[in-house]
Amino acid sequence: MFASFSLDSPGVGEVSRRDFVRCCSLAAAAVGLGPLAAEDFVQAAERGQKPSVIWLQFQECTGCTESLLRTSHPGVDELILDLISLDYHETLFAAAGHQAEAALKSAMEAHSGKYVCIVEGAIPTKENGIYCMIGGRTALEIVNDVASKAGAVIAIGSCASWGGIPSADPNPTGASPVHEVFTGKPVVNIPGCPANPYNLLGTVLQYATYGTLPELDEENRPKFAYGRTVHEHCPRRAHFDAGRFAEKFGDEGHRQGYCLYKLGCKGPATHANCSVQHFGEVVDAWPIGLGHPCFGCTEQKIGFRMPMHATVEIYRPTPPDTYPPINAKQGTISPVATAVGGAIVGALVGGGYVASKKLSSTPDEQPPSKNAGV
Amino acid sequence: MSAHVHAAPVGGRMMTPSARALFALFGVAMVLVAWRLIAGLGATTAMNDGYPFGLWIAFDVVTGTALACGGYAVAILVYILNRGQYSPLVRPALLTSALGYSLAGIGVALDVGRWWDLWRVPVYFWRWNLNSALLEIALCIMAYVVVLWIEVAPFILEKYRDSDNLTLRRVSRSAVPALKRASVWIIALGLVLPTMHQSSLGTLMLLANSRLHELWRTPMVPLFFLLTCVSMGYAVVVFESAFSSVAFKRKPETAMLASLAAVIAPLQVVVVLLRIADLAMRGVLGSLFSGDIRSNMVILELVLFLAPAAMLMSASSRRNLGHLVRSAMVMMFAGALYRFDVFLVAFNPGAHWSYFPSVPELLVTVGLVAAEVLAYVFIVRNFPILSGGHPAAPERQAAS
Repeated sequence: MFASFSLDSPGVGEVSRRDFVRCCSLAAAAVGLGPLAAEDFVQAAERGQKPSVIWLQFQECTGCTESLLRTSHPGVDELILDLISLDYHETLFAAAGHQAEAALKSAMEAHSGKYVCIVEGAIPTKENGIYCMIGGRTALEIVNDVASKAGAVIAIGSCASWGGIPSADPNPTGASPVHEVFTGKPVVNIPGCPANPYNLLGTVLQYATYGTLPELDEENRPKFAYGRTVHEHCPRRAHFDAGRFAEKFGDEGHRQGYCLYKLGCKGPATHANCSVQHFGEVVDAWPIGLGHPCFGCTEQKIGFRMPMHATVEIYRPTPPDTYPPINAKQGTISPVATAVGGAIVGALVGGGYVASKKLSSTPDEQPPSKNAGV
Repeated sequence: MSAHVHAAPVGGRMMTPSARALFALFGVAMVLVAWRLIAGLGATTAMNDGYPFGLWIAFDVVTGTALACGGYAVAILVYILNRGQYSPLVRPALLTSALGYSLAGIGVALDVGRWWDLWRVPVYFWRWNLNSALLEIALCIMAYVVVLWIEVAPFILEKYRDSDNLTLRRVSRSAVPALKRASVWIIALGLVLPTMHQSSLGTLMLLANSRLHELWRTPMVPLFFLLTCVSMGYAVVVFESAFSSVAFKRKPETAMLASLAAVIAPLQVVVVLLRIADLAMRGVLGSLFSGDIRSNMVILELVLFLAPAAMLMSASSRRNLGHLVRSAMVMMFAGALYRFDVFLVAFNPGAHWSYFPSVPELLVTVGLVAAEVLAYVFIVRNFPILSGGHPAAPERQAAS
């Protein structure tokens, strides 16, 4: 379809190059890859190098898929039609049954060693994994088969990254993260409940365009998204620094939008970019934005492990030297100052006019000396 | 090019009654400056988070440097357009520029919250953000202040050619010829630097983007800043030359100023035409007539720009010194209003923010201007700056 790009108005079913570049720029900007990356995405797509993506779903709630469906920059239609080639996804498939399994098989054969395998959900391991079976195979078998022939393996969401809710105690099915059941190659973890779709998008587009994976931290999370804690960019940070806390849900401080740390906010220990990249492009669509403490979903040891309202240790509590005011003085106009200002301007104008009158009365002299210079 | 053999110290008593009044204003300002440096901006100024810059930037720096562009404007005329007949204006214009830019430097130092860190800007070059318009302005203005004083230095040093003090005589006799040899480069720098930072002052407010009212928000802002600094520079030269003639009882240079006025009047019209064309091309000409304070300010600007051009239309009105000065004042006021508007009126940081300079801000500005006038008078009385009073004689082509 990229052969049909045109700079003029596109026909039915066509995407104008301008729209497409715009979409790529937004995707690149959203994940912090910079403006040059967008041009590379476009060129890769024009060469027909859209990454083949195989999306597996196991013990999960489809929340990660749902949040992906609700991005609009790029929209999911642009995403799955223009930017990637989504060859297998049970929720989005028109196909079902044997047709779906055949699609998986042909995609794996056609792009063997190059496709991106995305896993959503934990993998049950007890009783040889019989608690999750698709097409007669266990999740364990499927993930080992698909991931071993993939170019890159990405675990999306907290379940695939750390086990998530299915692995919460007492973990009856032995739910495990991808990197524990498949050790053939490094697994990029994009935790979150749900994971922010832009973090996935950035990783996939980078792999498709440059053949590389983003820089990862020690828990295999991309640093561009998980390099800083929620606390570092929290819009309520000034309240924390100034010592203003909500003590109870619904109290005065909570209604004033004060810091939620004492209600159990895990922001100071949670590495994620939620505070700057809200969900579904809705402003404040993230827990703290809605008045609830961060619950640490991107951290293996916090989300679904620590009690919801327990407070975390703070390792870097040092606030800035001075507290920024929450309600800054917005300025007043002093009547004395306006009077003084008016007097100064008036004196200048009046004085200038009177003086110029005097000048007018000085007699003219010397004829114009045009040739005086060199 | 320099060495007006005709320039001579005006002489006379320094402590006239008006000088005493200026000293008093300066003294008040110094007390307030000390208060500001100790107690901080919040205690002394009306600035706030919405308007983090106020009168000291809008007047002392943005308008003050434009009023100090006399040296730049005359240099364009004399050195680029090769109109040698205006060269008697070079010395006083350069002196006003040097004083005006120094004043702007003081204005910035007062306006910057952590003034004690300001020295790091030129020194810590490895920390420069080369994408910053503000850095460009800071470095450029600092450099230009130095260049201006180097340009003025020979006029000061000339006096000591035959001084009794051996050291001064030596310095004078070695430095003046050296500076003259280097004058081509210094003059070139003196032309390049204002062109850079005067336009960048406009760029600065473009960064505010949508917070700048649409009537002023145009990529042409840098050009308008450049054009207004030239027209204000000429206006200042006319103004200052006329007043020097009165204050020091010298023959006014009416003929020269009249022909200078003939040059600048069209410039005013060009600015107005460009502004209207710009408004029309951006499709916001309509909001010029919306009747609110901002649209009225633009109309006032346009009227003030056109008025001097109309006032100077006829040759006879150009030969009336009082008329010339009045039109020059309108011209200065027009350019100053445009710059004030871009920095304070057009700038809207959001609902509920307001700013009007506090009394200390106003008095400090007045006091600094008083100091500038005093310094000008002192230097003109004691050093060879003014050459008015004698018909401009053929200029000797000097070392350049």
